[in-house]
Amino acid sequence: MKNLIILGAGTAGTIMANKLNGILNKNEWLITIIDQSREHYYQPGFLFIPFEIYRKKDVIQPAKKFFPAGIKSVNSPVKLIEADENRILLENDSVLSYDFLIIATGAKIAPEQTEGMKDSLWYKQIFDFYTIDGAVKLAEFFKNWEGGRMVINIAEMPIKCPVAPLEFAFLADWYFTKKRIRDKVEIHFVTPLSGAFTRPIASKAFGNMLEKKNIKLTTDFSIGRVDNDEKKIISWDEQEIPFDVLVSIPTNMGDDVIGRSGLGDELNFVPTDKHTLRSEKHNNIFVLGDATNLPSSKAGSVAHFQSEILTENLVAAIDNRPMEAKFDGHANCYIESGFGKGFLIDFNYDTEPLPGKFPLPYIGPFSLLGETKMNHYGKMLFRWIYWNILLKGYKIPIIDSHMSMAGKKAMELQISNQV
Amino acid sequence: MSLKELQRDADGHLTNNKEWTEEIAKELAAEEGIDLLTERHWKVINLMRKEFLEKGDAPSIRKLTKESGVDTKELYALFPKGPAKKAAKIAGIPKPKGCV
Ligand SMILES: Cc1cc2nc3c(=O)[nH]c(=O)nc-3n(C[C@H](O)[C@H](O)[C@H](O)COP(=O)(O)OP(=O)(O)OC[C@H]3O[C@@H](n4cnc5c(N)ncnc54)[C@H](O)[C@@H]3O)c2cc1C
Repeated sequence: MKNLIILGAGTAGTIMANKLNGILNKNEWLITIIDQSREHYYQPGFLFIPFEIYRKKDVIQPAKKFFPAGIKSVNSPVKLIEADENRILLENDSVLSYDFLIIATGAKIAPEQTEGMKDSLWYKQIFDFYTIDGAVKLAEFFKNWEGGRMVINIAEMPIKCPVAPLEFAFLADWYFTKKRIRDKVEIHFVTPLSGAFTRPIASKAFGNMLEKKNIKLTTDFSIGRVDNDEKKIISWDEQEIPFDVLVSIPTNMGDDVIGRSGLGDELNFVPTDKHTLRSEKHNNIFVLGDATNLPSSKAGSVAHFQSEILTENLVAAIDNRPMEAKFDGHANCYIESGFGKGFLIDFNYDTEPLPGKFPLPYIGPFSLLGETKMNHYGKMLFRWIYWNILLKGYKIPIIDSHMSMAGKKAMELQISNQV
Repeated sequence: MSLKELQRDADGHLTNNKEWTEEIAKELAAEEGIDLLTERHWKVINLMRKEFLEKGDAPSIRKLTKESGVDTKELYALFPKGPAKKAAKIAGIPKPKGCV
């Protein structure tokens, strides 16, 4: 028997297990999926918890429920990947050998990377919403909050779901309006980027949106430390921004096991070929989802598009054929903008998010880079699609893993990249 | 060649990094308000060029600090307001692509 191990049973790992289970010959291959968690979290739902739209129970399901029959699952933290020996060490020191390995260990927040972040105010007046704990604690805080200065700060790029902080700002505007205390809440969006978002056209659209909603924007702010006594964040070049509540998107990093195993870059992301999705260092390791160092967005939709490319290339590598499938960086994100509306953006490595209709050219029903009610329904529907279609590894009808230009309004652009 | 004769992009970065010389670097630095390039500046600039020529993109601040031994605080002191962009410009390479 040959062994294929999938490390991580989050979005990407679960999709791969389902895809490969139908493809690899059962008499020849054993598929093993390893994760430390028994629960699967629908992370896009974390965004809605602070605003009482979702509760904890709405975003959790048993992980096993999504594994196909006939694969082996192991519930344990992984201590070490010994890539040169083709084996994995679990926490209890048992050893698992593999012929091929898929790394899907994701990304997580690392608040300890910023001085003073995880200090006396942590989960009292400083929160994250990228973890279930942070989102739930923030919901409790908001329930009794009577207003003041709320600062939303991105510590550094890259972060997973780079639109989520903007969505948070838009939803906060809606939530505090609904609670009739919007006039008592100052919302201040503070980012290390030179605009509201990473891509120029979208950045402009979202920048206008912030202004319209009376959300203050500070760009080019790289946080150096948090002063817990004076309640302010301080940049490396000594700009200071005071807060009553800080909603932080801390530095995002790959899992420690990647660093410990010598497989990561300075943020513990695995150097990965941006087209084939194979590890740059090891021919029998493939990587997808948030764990890679690719310049594509770290998003569930991206993991889904990558899974199709990875499947083709893995099968080719197993058969000793050249790997021909190429990932183009395709990403597709619904963006909540509050008051029951939303945006949708669709882009890849080389093409900006453009206005148009999606997924059917000229018809839609979703509008690209425009704010509509339909896009909001798309976002709410996404949870159902996630549990029932995406994780199972099915193709989402009429959405291709490669980006399409049909129905989009191409624009002449001076692309100015952000740092 | 002096800086005036060289082609630059919309952000003022050299379009052809092969035209870069140490003299040009000094002129670019002066434009950015840095009158004297010290040995610490050069350490960063040289690392930026090396990374760019090897990998095709400028390194992130994190990578810079890890590999140069110049910490973030000092980096901001050396190249005030956006060290990654500024150091790239002085090093004669394009603005770092960054991530989406
Ligand atoms: C607030 C928020 C909003 C988001 N919104 C959207 C959205 O609207 N649309 C969208 O497409 N995406 C969104 N995302 C991003 C999306 O959730 C992620 O991109 C996606 O889950 C990545 O999948 P993954 O499998 O790479 O990582 P994950 O799903 O995080 O899975 C990684 C798994 O690896 C396991 N693991 C890690 N290290 C070890 C170890 N050492 N031993 C054992 N197990 C380990 C973890 O337990 C985890 O289960 C959002 C994310 C957040 C946080």
